[in-house]
Amino acid sequence: MNRLHPIITIAKREISGYFASPVAFVFIVIFLLLTGFFTFMVSGFFDRGEATLDSFFAWHPWLYLFLVPAVGMRMWSEERRLGTIELLLTMPVTPWQAIVGKFLASWAIVGLALLLTFPVVLTVNYLGRPDNGVIVAGYLGSLLMAGAYLSISAMTSALTRNQVVSFIVAVLLSLFLILAGWPPVTNLLVRWASPWLVDGVAAFSVMTHFEGIQKGVLDSRDVLYFLSVMAFALFTTGVILRAHRAG
Amino acid sequence: MMLLSVTAMFTTWTPIRRGCDATFLYEISCTRRQKTESRFPLEILLGLNIGFTMIEVRNLSKNFGPKVAVRDVSFTVGKGEVLGFLGPNGAGKSTTMRMITGFIPPSEGQIRIGDHDMLTDPIPAKRLIGYLPENAPSYADMTVGGFLDFAAELRGLSGAARKSAVSRAIETCFLESVVHQSVETLSKGYRHRTCFAQSIIHDPEVLVLDEPTDGLDPNQKHEVRTLIRRMGEKKAIIFSTHILEEVEAVCSRAIIIDRGQIVANGTPQELKQRSPHAGAVTLRFSGGGVVADAKRKVNEVSSVEKTEVVSETPLVLRAYPKGHFTGDELARALGELAAKERWQIQELRVEEGRLDEVFRSITLPDRANGKEARP
Repeated sequence: MNRLHPIITIAKREISGYFASPVAFVFIVIFLLLTGFFTFMVSGFFDRGEATLDSFFAWHPWLYLFLVPAVGMRMWSEERRLGTIELLLTMPVTPWQAIVGKFLASWAIVGLALLLTFPVVLTVNYLGRPDNGVIVAGYLGSLLMAGAYLSISAMTSALTRNQVVSFIVAVLLSLFLILAGWPPVTNLLVRWASPWLVDGVAAFSVMTHFEGIQKGVLDSRDVLYFLSVMAFALFTTGVILRAHRAG
Repeated sequence: MMLLSVTAMFTTWTPIRRGCDATFLYEISCTRRQKTESRFPLEILLGLNIGFTMIEVRNLSKNFGPKVAVRDVSFTVGKGEVLGFLGPNGAGKSTTMRMITGFIPPSEGQIRIGDHDMLTDPIPAKRLIGYLPENAPSYADMTVGGFLDFAAELRGLSGAARKSAVSRAIETCFLESVVHQSVETLSKGYRHRTCFAQSIIHDPEVLVLDEPTDGLDPNQKHEVRTLIRRMGEKKAIIFSTHILEEVEAVCSRAIIIDRGQIVANGTPQELKQRSPHAGAVTLRFSGGGVVADAKRKVNEVSSVEKTEVVSETPLVLRAYPKGHFTGDELARALGELAAKERWQIQELRVEEGRLDEVFRSITLPDRANGKEARP
């Protein structure tokens, strides 16, 4: 049997699970409301008079900080709470197929929410002549960043059967990934620490890499960064699950 | 169960039992017993692949930190065998089953399912197994049909094969009325059967059932037992239970596990032999009148070790055989005595022993003083 088949089966079930509970709807609606509010009200999209989506993408790292762990928190903790993890992992599937399948499903939910922000693209195209290549890069970067956050949520949800604990730990870890490269924090650190250390820590931050892509520079290093965060976090998820099973 | 059925038979014989010869009654109970034991030869004649080892567990151990959950457990289960897994709570039944199904890696030991090693070759091994975990978990947000469809798809079934597998499982587990209902709205019995349906969806050769009748009502229990017994003719089945009559009703073999170790392994009949009462002969006198000197006379029979009075009115005596004498020999001697003394005997029975007594005497060695346990 095809190795991808179980991944697709698990992902399909996961997605239907998201829509059977209100999680997916609530996430999508809140994400759309908040992006709209911050882009148009707080950042003053119209007042700027620029044909860019900078004010739209700038909020994504912060919105994802709370919204993505809310999507990912149930990924494994729910399986552990219900005991279905015992069913799933005694099926003829490997743990990594289950991990990837579940991860892809939640990523698809976040991707769907992101896709539904298309009116903002239409608006900016109606009002001016934006560089649509930059916008596409911005969306791609945003999706990669969401994936990185989500993989961290997957990891923390494997740690506990309690969704709230899973959520809080995921937010804290993601917050670290933001702050490590956020200018107000790095500017503060430069006064005490040597610049190479600050840069080294900042290299671990999503901010540094997201800003690069958001400006339209699709550097392979930035893409590789997000992919390696995902790979590392999902690999750790597997280690945690195995340790949990071994007792 | 055996004991019950024998007693039940005597109840049905009520109209003609008066004045009936005691030995005759005893012979009836004997024939009845032998009849139920001859189950295997028929199946072998039918050409089923009986006895082919499907589950082989060797020197299995599991430690959780310093706590030893399972210690050096070995056994095999062949095709056509239903193995009952008995033991007090926390004895290591579920842990053993989780290791067999590949959910928990063992600390030591080997597990073979069919031709595959669970530890080095888990996917083909898992394909052969159907598993009902403890508490029968299922995805609460799915419908019964959706859940079974998902299970079938993960089992590699597709298209028409999947459809027929799902409908067969629904039919077998009597789930037709709730197919479109979501699992979280179901009663415990239905949830249980939903998970059970999942375990048989791919018609596996090996079934591992952790407390399959837990939380079911008596009718459902009966149905599940019948189902297990029927499937046990072609599959290798392990199931754990607290209910001892279930073991007698369903199992071809039983293992008693205590504190992580196997303490008994045999057919239910063999296990019952280890009961303190096994081999004793019970003599029930008819009518209310106390037969004078009955106890003394029984005690004087050469093959009687000791006699105890179980009840005064009606008088019921229990005689234990001496030394190498078997229960059958003792019963014959007592039957002759009863005929000679012209006692009105309502019942003369060789005790087969009771599984719950065996269970208690084996799994409670601390409390066992001469009365409870017999070596």
